[in-house]
Amino acid sequence: MAVTLDQTIEQKQHTLLSRVFATQTFWVVIAVILACLFLSFATDSFATPKNLYNITRNVTFVAIVALGMTFVIITGGIDLSVGSVLCLCSMILAVTMHAGYSIEIGIAAAIATALIVGAFNGILIAYLGFPPFVVTLGMLSIARSLAMVASNNTVVFQFGPDHDKLLALGGGAWVFGIANPVLYMILLALVTGFVLRWTKFGRHIFAIGGNEHAATLTGVPVRQIKVAVYMISALAAGIAGIIQTGWLGAVTTNLGNGMELQVIAATVIGGANLAGGVGTAFGAIVGAALIEVIRNSLGLLGINAFWQGVFIGGAILLAVLFDRIRNFRRSD
Amino acid sequence: MDFKIAVSGRSWGERAAAEPQAGKHGEARRLVAVLELTNISKHFGAIQAVNDVSLSIEPGQVVGLMGDNGAGKSTLVKMIAGNFRPSHGTMQMDGKDLILHKPVEARQHGIEIVHQDLALCNNLTAAANVYLGRELRRGVGPFRILDYAAMYKRAGQIFAVLKSETRPRDLVKQMSGGQRQAVAIARTMLSQAKIVLMDEPTAAISVRQVAEVLNLIRHLRDQGISVVLISHRMPDVFDVADRVIVMRRGRKVADKTIASSSPEEVTGLITGAIEQVS
Repeated sequence: MAVTLDQTIEQKQHTLLSRVFATQTFWVVIAVILACLFLSFATDSFATPKNLYNITRNVTFVAIVALGMTFVIITGGIDLSVGSVLCLCSMILAVTMHAGYSIEIGIAAAIATALIVGAFNGILIAYLGFPPFVVTLGMLSIARSLAMVASNNTVVFQFGPDHDKLLALGGGAWVFGIANPVLYMILLALVTGFVLRWTKFGRHIFAIGGNEHAATLTGVPVRQIKVAVYMISALAAGIAGIIQTGWLGAVTTNLGNGMELQVIAATVIGGANLAGGVGTAFGAIVGAALIEVIRNSLGLLGINAFWQGVFIGGAILLAVLFDRIRNFRRSD
Repeated sequence: MDFKIAVSGRSWGERAAAEPQAGKHGEARRLVAVLELTNISKHFGAIQAVNDVSLSIEPGQVVGLMGDNGAGKSTLVKMIAGNFRPSHGTMQMDGKDLILHKPVEARQHGIEIVHQDLALCNNLTAAANVYLGRELRRGVGPFRILDYAAMYKRAGQIFAVLKSETRPRDLVKQMSGGQRQAVAIARTMLSQAKIVLMDEPTAAISVRQVAEVLNLIRHLRDQGISVVLISHRMPDVFDVADRVIVMRRGRKVADKTIASSSPEEVTGLITGAIEQVS
């Protein structure tokens, strides 16, 4: 036999390129690029700096929340409460600042709220064995209701002494004219990608999604990690809420309504598997980008906005269809 | 937690040299039993699952543990693995009392388990599975990142020792039953395991892969590691084990060398046609 055991063991079955081609994320990137190219030629208004600025900024809120959701989905869970948590954190920030406190205290209060909500979800799910779907569905209702209680269901648009600072934080463009939210998104995506690929914590998240029982048997602290991922998800929603408050300059109790579905759609389009064990930070961003490009293009092409849901829903099904086809081929 | 990693070829070599032809000279090393159970019993309420069992396991010995469903095999093994505490009796390891509260403690004492379902994550690579829960990292202080290169390399070395054609970078979901067993067994070789408990490793795989798994067990034995093989499959036990222990209704009814027994006798012992042999 010409091939020794050591050579077989050392062999890499896949080159970098073949692995890239095999990912759903790669094909979604191609779809986004093709759509952008098409729109640049088909319309005059797509490739303008103003429109691109709008798209990139609109992507960020869904994308940031999707980064947090990616952690949860990799463990095989789901977090339906993110839209409401975003609203609650925005409202806590707004109410605190409106009452005359500084921006630092406002942000600290908002982030503390997010972490408490996340820990509550996580403890119910990990320690008491509640299904994630049910717990976060309950929190979806609770968090939005609390936001209404906190603001007495009014619109808050005056943020006390640090009003301008908050608006600059979310609405400014401090580096090279790139909207601030985009910078936050890129930073958070890099952190997420790093954690998922290079830390023990990230490895354990994938293990839990792949086989929770095995993770437990091999000594992975499954419960603590599950609490942590729901805290991360809520934290991401809270951060997005803070930024969005600064960008909008006003908070209503409608903020983030229905956002959880967009966020889940973005992660799934980007290649995450709702059954757990698969997902990337880059995928979450790309998925959010595809949804936003579809939305933007429909407007520019003069297609009735009522058709939006059909196209976004179609994109979800198409993305997962590609994945199914690949799996069918593999199992043959 | 600090796990000792003994995966360089050298330390294996030393161990193999220190235990020349272990198992074949079992009689001569009665005194240095790695694990000794004395009058172990376990009851759950009124149910007596294990009743007054004593046995000893010597280094580098493969012991087949046989018995019908409900005979007490699993309960016995779970006590050794730290899942249950015995109601009565004592366990000793290398002559020292062994009291286990949790499975992690068993692992710290060098007792490793290969679970029946192997406890593998299909979405991870072979190396990631081998190191699951005890990942290697590099860096300083809180800035420590996974050391992929070292994990691939060392997992590869273990597979080479096990003579298994398993690639550390491959995903487990693409692997054959034999390769999956190799991954699960490789896990037990990360630390200085003294005893490996294997729960029905050949129950659900093809005939060709059974041979592969039995070879893996022999390679473990050649490292001086004792293997307790829980199995229903008579041919496997008679193929690979040095000794066979038969349990029936919570009691040990036979404990003899493979050479001095026969499949017919063991079958009789399991079913109760033969009451007990000494």
